Amino acid sequence: MSFEGIKALLAAKFGADVIVGEETGGLQSALLIDADRIADVCLELRNNPDSYFDFLSCLSGVDYGTETNRFGVVYHLASIPYKTQLTLKISKENSRDLADLPSFPSIVSVYRSADWHEREAYDMLGIFFEGHPDLRRILMPDDWEGFPLRKDYKNAEYYKGIKID
Amino acid sequence: MAIPDLKSRSVQLKDCFVPRNDEADKIRFTLNEALQRYYEKIANAAVEDMVLNMGPQHPSTHGVLRLELITDGEIVKEVIPHLGYLHRCFEKHAESLTYQQTIPFTDRMDYLASMNNSHAFVMGVERMMGIDKDIPKRIEYIRVLVCELNRIASHLIAIGTYGIDIGAFTPFLWCFRDREHIMGMLEWASGSRMLYNYIWVGGLFYDLPVGFEERCREFVDYFKPKMIELNELLTDNQVFISRTANVGVLPLDVAINYGCSGPMLRGSGLKWDLRRIDGYSIYPELEFDIPVGTGLMGTVGDCWDRYKVRIDEIEQSLKMVEQCLDRLQKELKRTPEFDPRAKMPRKIIPKAQDYYVRCEGAKGELGFYFMADGKSEIPTRVKSRGPSFSNLSVLPEISKGVMIADLIAIVGSIDFVLGEVDR
Repeated sequence: MSFEGIKALLAAKFGADVIVGEETGGLQSALLIDADRIADVCLELRNNPDSYFDFLSCLSGVDYGTETNRFGVVYHLASIPYKTQLTLKISKENSRDLADLPSFPSIVSVYRSADWHEREAYDMLGIFFEGHPDLRRILMPDDWEGFPLRKDYKNAEYYKGIKID
Repeated sequence: MAIPDLKSRSVQLKDCFVPRNDEADKIRFTLNEALQRYYEKIANAAVEDMVLNMGPQHPSTHGVLRLELITDGEIVKEVIPHLGYLHRCFEKHAESLTYQQTIPFTDRMDYLASMNNSHAFVMGVERMMGIDKDIPKRIEYIRVLVCELNRIASHLIAIGTYGIDIGAFTPFLWCFRDREHIMGMLEWASGSRMLYNYIWVGGLFYDLPVGFEERCREFVDYFKPKMIELNELLTDNQVFISRTANVGVLPLDVAINYGCSGPMLRGSGLKWDLRRIDGYSIYPELEFDIPVGTGLMGTVGDCWDRYKVRIDEIEQSLKMVEQCLDRLQKELKRTPEFDPRAKMPRKIIPKAQDYYVRCEGAKGELGFYFMADGKSEIPTRVKSRGPSFSNLSVLPEISKGVMIADLIAIVGSIDFVLGEVDR
């Protein structure tokens, strides 16, 4: 299914305001989706026999820099029967306060592969996923302070009283 | 948040997870809840069942993976993998280094198939630069040649260590003996045994050394009979079949939903190989089959099928190596004026864009997601999607209710590399 076809499909199902923008002209086109409805959009794209994006290739948390204070998640879907790929993006502004993490809906109920990828995005960037069944840190220790891939992250000097060289 | 004292496991759990201040919001609390649920589960299991730690130093976890098993006698009720023991901050490094400087770090992700990693990374950068069509054919063929050799080496490790997990020592030694030839050849080409840094953006480190093609052909001729011997020893071995057939069956829909790829997905019976689907590099010019699991000894998607897919892939890779050698020795013969670094851009500054590149690594779909801002030589974000990461995530699902000994067979059949899981 073509990029335009997917846009029409989503607009027909959820209304035109679910697509808040698009990035075309590059090597890969991306659809910017309303962040609160990403789980429904993924479910529809997976279940609809015309799109059938049944494979979540990659899920990346992104910090768009300290100037914009935006956090986002990028989804790379692939359809095995149609051999197509699609990029979805959601983003939100956030104050970078560690007590107020940016929060997006989890898509674990749609793709189980999102489970560990979302845990990784939480671990590295402090992006919270609502409805995730087991949102613990995955690569860093459970009691690590801060989120290492954030652009304003300061390297930790001590871990449990041990100096980090 | 505080860590509970695991020596006295059950009692003070509640005290540990009081939010640190009263105005801690919903999010903070929910996070604590996930950890709390986990510790409570372990604490309760320690009373009712047995909690068994497999790893991080257990040899059959193939690296530093820690599996926390909740067992009822010998039956595994639940597996909780703990990752991160080999986390080396690949993505953080990539955000502070130029693209060219990151290539040695990609080698260290899946350190058993380094060539495939750097090939994927380099291909992504070249496409972003728009120079992927200008790469000379000889360079592309050399890249595919070394990648396929490395894939054979990686599968040999998978098969050899799988044998040793099940209790067969000889195939392990045979596989390492044959892998040594490949290591030697790649060392000859790149100067390093495992972490090559050979494939560069826009070219190669050096051309192949003189005589490499002949030596490689010698290896192929030597190796083909060895594969027959290996099949006689292990593939058709009755003990091996009883240990692996009908064990750890991974149904196709589960495999797809969990994002499994590579031999894992093909073992479940789906012909899905990105070398054919995407047709990148010069793979459309090569002839090869895509082996899939057929359930010959048991059910489609069991451990034996995954093992057999790797055996068959070695044969297909050998076929590809031969075809590459044919071309490299005939129409793409080396010439004195051939410079593998001629097309290398002096400064790698891609246009501002996002790009996700995927290709078929030795373990499955290997992806890199780049974000370039168009101004600097350093990417703003690089996310790597290691195939082992997703392949491993299916382990808790397919190992519910199996025996501990079968869990070893399942873990071995997934063939993950912790360097890639933890990155």
